Amino acid sequence: MVEEIGTTTDGDLIINVGPQHPATHGVLHLVITLNGETIKKVEPHLGYIHRSIEKMCESLSYRQFIYVTSRMDYLSSHINNHGCALCVEKGLQIEVPARAKVIRILMDELTRIASHELWWGAMAMDLGAFTPFFHAFRERETINDIMEETCGARLTMNYMVPGGVMLDIHPNFRQRVHDFIRLFKSKVHEYEEMVTGNIIFQNRMKGVGLLSAEDAISFGCTGPTARGSGVSCDVRKYYPYDGYEQLAFDEVLETAGDSFARYMVRIRELHQSIRIIEQLIDNIPEGDFQAKTKAVLKLPKGEFYQRVETARGEFGVYIVSEGGTTPYRIKFRSPGFSNLSALDHMARGSKLGDLVAMMGTLDLVIPDIDR
Amino acid sequence: MWSFSNISTNIDEWLRSFLNPTWTMVAEMVIVGICVISLFAVLGLVLVLMERKVSAWIQIRLGPNRVGPKGILQSFADTLKLLVKEGMTPDGSDKFLFNFAPLLAIIVAMLLMAPIAFAKDFHMWDLNIGVLYVSAVSSISVISILMAGWASNNKYSLMGAMRSGAQIVSYELSAGLSILTIVVLCGSLNLNDIIQSQVDGWWIFKGHLPVLISFVIFIIAVTAETNRAPFDLAEAESELTAGFHTEYSGMKFALFFLAEYVNVFIVCAIGATLFLGGWMPFHIGNWTDFNHVMDYVPSSLWFFGKTFFLIFLIMWFRWTFPRLRIDQLLNLEWKYLLPISMVNILLVTLMAILGWHF
Amino acid sequence: MNDIHDISSASKAPGPRKASGFITYIRDVFYAVKSLLVGLRRTGYYFTHHKEIITQQYPDNRETLNLPERFKGEVVMPHDENNEHACTGCTACELACPNATIKIVTKFDLTPEGKKKKAIDKFVYHLELCTMCNLCVVACPTDAIKMAQTFEHSVFDRGQLTKILNKPGSKIREGVE
Repeated sequence: MVEEIGTTTDGDLIINVGPQHPATHGVLHLVITLNGETIKKVEPHLGYIHRSIEKMCESLSYRQFIYVTSRMDYLSSHINNHGCALCVEKGLQIEVPARAKVIRILMDELTRIASHELWWGAMAMDLGAFTPFFHAFRERETINDIMEETCGARLTMNYMVPGGVMLDIHPNFRQRVHDFIRLFKSKVHEYEEMVTGNIIFQNRMKGVGLLSAEDAISFGCTGPTARGSGVSCDVRKYYPYDGYEQLAFDEVLETAGDSFARYMVRIRELHQSIRIIEQLIDNIPEGDFQAKTKAVLKLPKGEFYQRVETARGEFGVYIVSEGGTTPYRIKFRSPGFSNLSALDHMARGSKLGDLVAMMGTLDLVIPDIDR
Repeated sequence: MWSFSNISTNIDEWLRSFLNPTWTMVAEMVIVGICVISLFAVLGLVLVLMERKVSAWIQIRLGPNRVGPKGILQSFADTLKLLVKEGMTPDGSDKFLFNFAPLLAIIVAMLLMAPIAFAKDFHMWDLNIGVLYVSAVSSISVISILMAGWASNNKYSLMGAMRSGAQIVSYELSAGLSILTIVVLCGSLNLNDIIQSQVDGWWIFKGHLPVLISFVIFIIAVTAETNRAPFDLAEAESELTAGFHTEYSGMKFALFFLAEYVNVFIVCAIGATLFLGGWMPFHIGNWTDFNHVMDYVPSSLWFFGKTFFLIFLIMWFRWTFPRLRIDQLLNLEWKYLLPISMVNILLVTLMAILGWHF
Repeated sequence: MNDIHDISSASKAPGPRKASGFITYIRDVFYAVKSLLVGLRRTGYYFTHHKEIITQQYPDNRETLNLPERFKGEVVMPHDENNEHACTGCTACELACPNATIKIVTKFDLTPEGKKKKAIDKFVYHLELCTMCNLCVVACPTDAIKMAQTFEHSVFDRGQLTKILNKPGSKIREGVE
């Protein structure tokens, strides 16, 4: 049991980072045992933003529960909604129209770019450079505008529904996505000039927060966190959904396993997402945007699991149905929770300043961890 | 020509016309004190606004633009807010040290004003060891930071203070050595003599490579000494929330804030004096007409222009670079800056002995 | 995909290395200074190019603020010039709502033939509970409700957020079943 105030018997300093702290980006509470500037132990305390979303979902119908998942990982709300919709479709054996599939993937990848942009800015801010945050928001804002025009919201969209998408894409959608791609390509070199190539930044990131491939697997890390350690785990490649198997894109892998590798994975994923969008944006098939579904959805008795690749890693939806209109039990497998569990292992023996960099590269979204 | 020296002479004569010499001196001291305090206030207001505008434009924002025309009264509003806020002393803190630390910070900043020549023949104290005085007094400022960090009874504050201690003590070495470069070349510790030595060209434009190196090292070292990003480890917002002044609020916080900005001004003024010729106008060799035009610009304008250029440089750094880690910070000093400045000072000494400089 | 190659090669290039000789030392210093200057050039560009500023001065630009027509601000019930709406009181929206935001109170009107006909008395909408999920609008069979583009919802009294969407004296439009 940790003594919250004061020091341990060995004279180590125990400090509480969070729940209100500039670097935790939310209400994460880390109890850190320090020896001088060196970290001996990091103990995350969770639950400050636990809203019992899984329990709430048990009283909501299969159409209604999807909107709640936007509030978990609010930076990849489209992808969360996508996973839930896919899981329900799996249970109901609904065939989603081709147009809806393409729209879904476009939205997913736009969300991934938006999420990585925000992460990039916040990451630089954690390291003390404030300017990239604002520059990242310039591009992210363009994506938000696209989302707002088509889905009607900027963050919590609730756009994916069982059977397709809620509304057809806006007539301007194609043009605006093209504009965004052009803007992105004209600005992306600034990321390297301001952050990636910077000697101070590289010194802060390289060789810091090492996570071996074995450890990444045993901690259950997924997404860019695991791929930075060389673990190939992209759900879009291994369990493709909604037509990812037909797209040409690379799974980004770095082998160093340090903070810089995780950083580079995300930066290179931005380009892969752009590549996916470029393949699809001019080839949106005509047709329905939503399959015909019954007014009341009833999943057959059984268990259904669907995984999707969010910006942070593997997001899983597990539905147990008793055959009624509401799920008997829902479990969400959130990527942030598993990734956070590796923090203690990574941080031991490094400096306090490095902890901030590591938390930055884990890309933690606290509501995703607590649910 | 309009200049500060004429004004000060006129005031002196006017006071002497109806006071005896002792009271003249007392009255002049009071005037100087008031001037320093008002300069402090004005500098604080101007520099805070400047920092906010610089950061805003770099960050593709507009910056303060609501209070007053183009937002120029924004710092007044901020000051007013800080004045009316409650200055809390946390439970369990060392009350005396906690309240004394911001005062010490501001006293040190005021003391540093003394030997600076603001314009031609216009300085408070023509000290013949001006450079030494500046180096000595500026190192007191670390005590106020340590005092604040210790007295706050807060772990973040303590860590910030300890970082700051290690940082300032190390970076004083290379700051001192880079200042010594100029001292060796001029053969004087007096700031006015140093300015006079640049009458036919500023040190940085005379083309001596060691001077250029020491200028770069000086800028880096003073950025670290004033706890500015990328060396703001004592505050390190994302790690230590606010570092040594985490527990400060209201006017006590404002004093720390003010002291930081005034310190920036002073180190930039020293830098401008040593390397950019202080109030000396820009002259090119024997272009007599050009030099004559330059002489028409008031010397105070030259001084403040150069100082604000250096301040802008330091602000530019702050809004571009990420923060260093504490061990990297010390590595940079002990493995890079200090060896370079030592070799540099050797070179300069050699130059001075052999008479290779001009 | 040229830019990918650029970035990955740049990440391998200079970087900090263990100093193993004077040349390496000098090269480290050189690359370090170069990388910092590149960053300074970028921020310097933005410092001098004010046309890149993207700030929108929000409360001042209310008149010119254009929200897309799909923006989900609040649920409204459009009435035509005869003070008629299209809501039959079928409670599809009430059932579709995940958090009991909508409550429909029905009454029985007498038709000219003297028959009793179900109609809405009050369409109660709790804005404070609404998450703007758009499910009610999708569920409505007669397109009686839609999302409005208003977004400045702050009030001093929470009671003001509970709204009755059908206007007083309004009735259902002819022909809507």
